[in-house]
Amino acid sequence: MIRVEKLHKTFGTGTRARPVLHEVDLNIAQGTIGAVVGPSGAGKSTLARCVNLLERPTSGRVWVAGTDVTDLPERDLRHARRAIGTVFQSANLLRRRTAAQNVAMPLRYLGVTAREEKRRVAELLERVGLTDRADDYPAQLSGGQRQRVGIARALALRPKVLLSDEATSGLDPAATRSVLALLRELRTDLDLAILLITHEMEVVREVADTAALLREGRVAESGPVHQLVADPHSALGNALLPDRPVSWDRPGLGTWRLTYQGHAVPTDWLTRLGADHGLDVHLLSATVEEIAGRAAGRATIAVGHDRADELTAALDGWGIHAEPLPEPLPESLPGPLPPDHSARAEEPAASEPASEAAAETAAETVV
Amino acid sequence: MSTDLDKLWPLLFPAIGQTLQMVAAVMVIVVAVGTPVGVVLHNSSPGALFPHRALRATLSWVVNLGRSLPFLILMAAIIPFTRYVAGTTIGVSAAIVPMSLAGIPYFARLVETALREVDREATEAGRAAGGSRLQVIVSVQLAEALPALVGSLTIAIVGMLEFSAIAGTIGAGGIGYLAISYGYERFDTTVMTATIVTLIVMVQVIQFTGDRIVRRLAH
Repeated sequence: MIRVEKLHKTFGTGTRARPVLHEVDLNIAQGTIGAVVGPSGAGKSTLARCVNLLERPTSGRVWVAGTDVTDLPERDLRHARRAIGTVFQSANLLRRRTAAQNVAMPLRYLGVTAREEKRRVAELLERVGLTDRADDYPAQLSGGQRQRVGIARALALRPKVLLSDEATSGLDPAATRSVLALLRELRTDLDLAILLITHEMEVVREVADTAALLREGRVAESGPVHQLVADPHSALGNALLPDRPVSWDRPGLGTWRLTYQGHAVPTDWLTRLGADHGLDVHLLSATVEEIAGRAAGRATIAVGHDRADELTAALDGWGIHAEPLPEPLPESLPGPLPPDHSARAEEPAASEPASEAAAETAAETVV
Repeated sequence: MSTDLDKLWPLLFPAIGQTLQMVAAVMVIVVAVGTPVGVVLHNSSPGALFPHRALRATLSWVVNLGRSLPFLILMAAIIPFTRYVAGTTIGVSAAIVPMSLAGIPYFARLVETALREVDREATEAGRAAGGSRLQVIVSVQLAEALPALVGSLTIAIVGMLEFSAIAGTIGAGGIGYLAISYGYERFDTTVMTATIVTLIVMVQVIQFTGDRIVRRLAH
């Protein structure tokens, strides 16, 4: 369990004081992955460093695996750190040590016997699928393999808590997927509480159980990922499952923005609207994905104004949230109008990486 | 005037021995003291293992002090101190005092520079893995910087060879003394040439060996 309560962190003192974190609350249970996302400079890394005790909070409390680690004296911090495995961006392996020697590092510091060390290192390398690369130096490994070595090293002392600070940044998409799959596997097999610091929305979408959005040192929003994507007004939900731009040229039709999530929603709702309800549905844009093990979708559709009541009734029955989008401005207005800005301007702006992520997934998911 | 070649060897051989003796003794002291000083210089800087502004400023000032005087002047200036430590102001043991005093800050700066090249994240990973500061210094910082440290050692040995030659001018013995007393004061071209060739060969051998080791350490 990782628990952070009213965490404040300020660097410097007096006039040069630079507050980085304000009143940050965070809770990650065993067997779950909690993501902290946010733009760079939001304080994500500082939060990570406060959790793995490389940095002392200015005020507030931090619990790791049931222990309050906030006020531990320096010599106990070292022992407390052993209960936390940290996976760093770019793995931070020692370049002059082999994969096996890197994994052995925490065991050496602890002072286990040579036999125990050998046994445990073999076990860990097997766990991350790198038994055959034990004697390779980091320079001989790919980025994804290096990160696996980093994960094996973080697991060496059987921590209950794993902290991943941008562990997949800088990896190619295939390596990212394999590292994330490994983290998901470890979460379940070892019942780990994993704090995942990232700026990549697709990473959150792929593995996180809960997510918190950090903005200017404050938690702007947090919650279980499946709830966030089901909430049409959640900034984080919108960033996770962004709306696609819509063209507005639909005279006589009402436009609706749909948000849904969960097993209750039939996957064939779109055809059923036509077959069972006789509705003439125009699908303008849609994103459908499996998030946290459940289908989640966003869609913009257009239906004749006279059929609005039937539409909302049908959608309500399936648990699909629907809200009408404002009418497009009359064409008589001077000058060309950008097609989608009037609607999107009201929505909370998605952060930079989210739109990148959206662009990437768009090709696969737009129906 | 010029020494016969058959008389040259009896002059040169003991001189080389004295020089090697001086450099070896000084390097033991310089490495033993300079390495910890370099480690503290590096790790007392902001963001390192034990940031400490006052400690770093003081140590840095002292190190700069030791590096700011030309060796010849330092050597002459500390003669009373040398007499106090070594009991004499001439000979090999007397030369070791100023050479160490000049060599320690020199090597400390080289160590500091070598450690600065080690990724800060590697140090961080060591701490996150539950290592004590000493464990992290030894197994992460010094171990990762080993090739650079061997390079620093090579530079320091060549530097000490040069200092030993300068020390020779005030009676420390060795090749420097030979060059001054025979080559310079007696215009003995043979001895002068021999000392120059000897120094060149020594520096080349030291540098070649150092480079070989660095290459073997690189991964």
